[in-house]
Amino acid sequence: MRTDLISRRLFLSSVAKATVAATGGAALASCLSQHLTELPRETLLARLSELKAELKAKHGKDATVSDKGPMPDVVFGYALDLSRCVGCRRCVYACVEENNQSRDPQIHWIRVQQMDKRKGVDFAHADPYYQPEKVPEEGHFYVPVACQQCENPPCVKVCPVQATWREQDGIVVIDYDWCIGCRYCMAACPYGARHFNWSEPALPSEAFNATTHYLGNRPRPKGVVEKCTFCIQRTREGRYPACVEVCPVGSRKFGNLLDPKSEIRYIIENKRVLVLKAELNTLPKFFYFYGT
Amino acid sequence: MPFNLFYQFFTGSVRQVLRGNLLYWAWLLFLLALIASGAWAYAGQIERGLGVTSMRDQVSWGFYIGNFTFLVGVAAAAVVLVIPAYIYKWGPIREIAIFGELLAVSAIVMCLLFVSVDIGRPDRFWHLFPPYGKLNFPSSLLAWDVLVLNLYGLINFVVVTHLVYSGFVGKHYKTWFVYPLVLFSVPAAVSIHTVTAFLYNGLAARPYWNASILAPQFLASAFCSGPAILLILLQLIRKFTAFQIKDEAIWKIAELMAYAMFLNLFFHGSEIYKEYYSDTEHLLYTRYYFDGLHGHTTLVPFAWSAVSLNIVAFLLFIVPKTRRNWVTMNLGCLACYAGVYIEKGIGLIIPGLTPDALGEVYEYSPSWTELQVSAGIFAVGFLVFTLMLKVAVPIALGQFVLTPRRGA
Repeated sequence: MRTDLISRRLFLSSVAKATVAATGGAALASCLSQHLTELPRETLLARLSELKAELKAKHGKDATVSDKGPMPDVVFGYALDLSRCVGCRRCVYACVEENNQSRDPQIHWIRVQQMDKRKGVDFAHADPYYQPEKVPEEGHFYVPVACQQCENPPCVKVCPVQATWREQDGIVVIDYDWCIGCRYCMAACPYGARHFNWSEPALPSEAFNATTHYLGNRPRPKGVVEKCTFCIQRTREGRYPACVEVCPVGSRKFGNLLDPKSEIRYIIENKRVLVLKAELNTLPKFFYFYGT
Repeated sequence: MPFNLFYQFFTGSVRQVLRGNLLYWAWLLFLLALIASGAWAYAGQIERGLGVTSMRDQVSWGFYIGNFTFLVGVAAAAVVLVIPAYIYKWGPIREIAIFGELLAVSAIVMCLLFVSVDIGRPDRFWHLFPPYGKLNFPSSLLAWDVLVLNLYGLINFVVVTHLVYSGFVGKHYKTWFVYPLVLFSVPAAVSIHTVTAFLYNGLAARPYWNASILAPQFLASAFCSGPAILLILLQLIRKFTAFQIKDEAIWKIAELMAYAMFLNLFFHGSEIYKEYYSDTEHLLYTRYYFDGLHGHTTLVPFAWSAVSLNIVAFLLFIVPKTRRNWVTMNLGCLACYAGVYIEKGIGLIIPGLTPDALGEVYEYSPSWTELQVSAGIFAVGFLVFTLMLKVAVPIALGQFVLTPRRGA
């Protein structure tokens, strides 16, 4: 059931596994997939408290690990005003702080591409490593790219173990406990949105954001893939993603695509809107627009 | 009792494997040293993560997956021997078809190892296997690949074990058992390479792979590289054992390779023509491979070596005189092997991912760890092949058969 996050989730802890093996025998065990979509609630709760204990031991903070599911009648959409973005990269670092990315090596879920106004949106001539004294630079504009939360996500299609899927509210999530680290999704993603933990992620305890979500910003282990989740730990509580809050020029807009009175709907209906690589039919829910 | 017989077969095989001259032991020692070095490097990779490779988010697959792809081709090439041997019942090749199957088994072992060392969480490999795991079939082509590779490996293993065991107990192999399996192995061989090609081919995000010529071209190149290894191995077997292999068989394989190489070059040419003439933004990847991009030219020498080696191999094999001359034929084999190895191991995966999805050029070349681990895996493959030969050849020669211990 896609609507109820609670009823999905998590594979058995080793204790539960042993219990099944000991008491149920092969017949019972064979009907129990350990994929989280088919797991009982108790198993999930056990895993969540296990995670909290691990985080407490590691970072000395009382963390919350939410498993909040999608809200009814909500599909999240994002819009970014290309005419306002100045390329300051505050969103990049606010995202890192909010989502507990590794600081060494640095993992960024948002990549800001500097582009040439004469060439338009053209990745072949984009520069993600621009380092001027001051932004924006004359003759340039900026295209921040993160997960486009595709309605038709190629990454989900290719995952050999169904470790990643699209939730009812449109967010494409990854179960970090299930991902085998084959990186097929990274090859399939047309937006470079997926990032791999090439080594043990380094997250200093003082930087650890203890308000986490199981499918979102809880710290990830080595060897799995991660990506933007529209700040699932915030947005499912009715808050804005961290990048929206931090943007100093108000170029980032976020809301419910199903609400006809939302700002995001107004933008889509009234502004000049584009999606990246539209020809690939990925149907992003991340829109770029020209506000002015 | 069959169990008793099989036990004798097993212990006899172990005795065979433990018997050999100095050269044999030196070879085994060499392979074991490479395996140890690979295992050591792999332990470091497990400890520190895949960051010890040169792969990064931009080029997220590299040398391991390149080798995997190449070896799928080698495995598929067993059919080059199986088709003439079993279907057309061509005698000279029929006697040696078993070597193709043994090679297929070894290649599949290497394929599975290369995929295993590439994944970030090998401790979770069981997530692929229902009922505990969740194989994303039929949606993920990687799920298909897991199925066909294991199936193909299993078929070949069962067939060769049965052939060898029948030889050991002095009976003719069971035709009703072997024939259907061998017939099935022909489409299975085509399928492993097709599925592996589709794995890349289906990704619209990577225009270099998203070309429908990919699967046919994979098959064509597989029918060059696999037999190139076989031809050299057959000559070695002929030299080091009493096993008779007819010249005609070797020449026929070389002739088949010429046709396969022609198709390989033709398919490549078609793709290169399309890319350069239409000159769209998708040309970037092909240009990165053949010309370099913005001064990044690491792959350029490899690209042109591969093309040159493939053309040389084609010429040497298409001219009857040069394919029947042992010197030029072996040169052709080496050229063919090297050409296809570069083309698949380097020229397929890396340019597919360079520039990355957002246009960045990250120049990938394998790290020491990747080279060490890969050498170790090749050593495992050669070891498996050597040990299987050590049992199969004496049986075929009638030197290692059931000892008439029980009054036979």
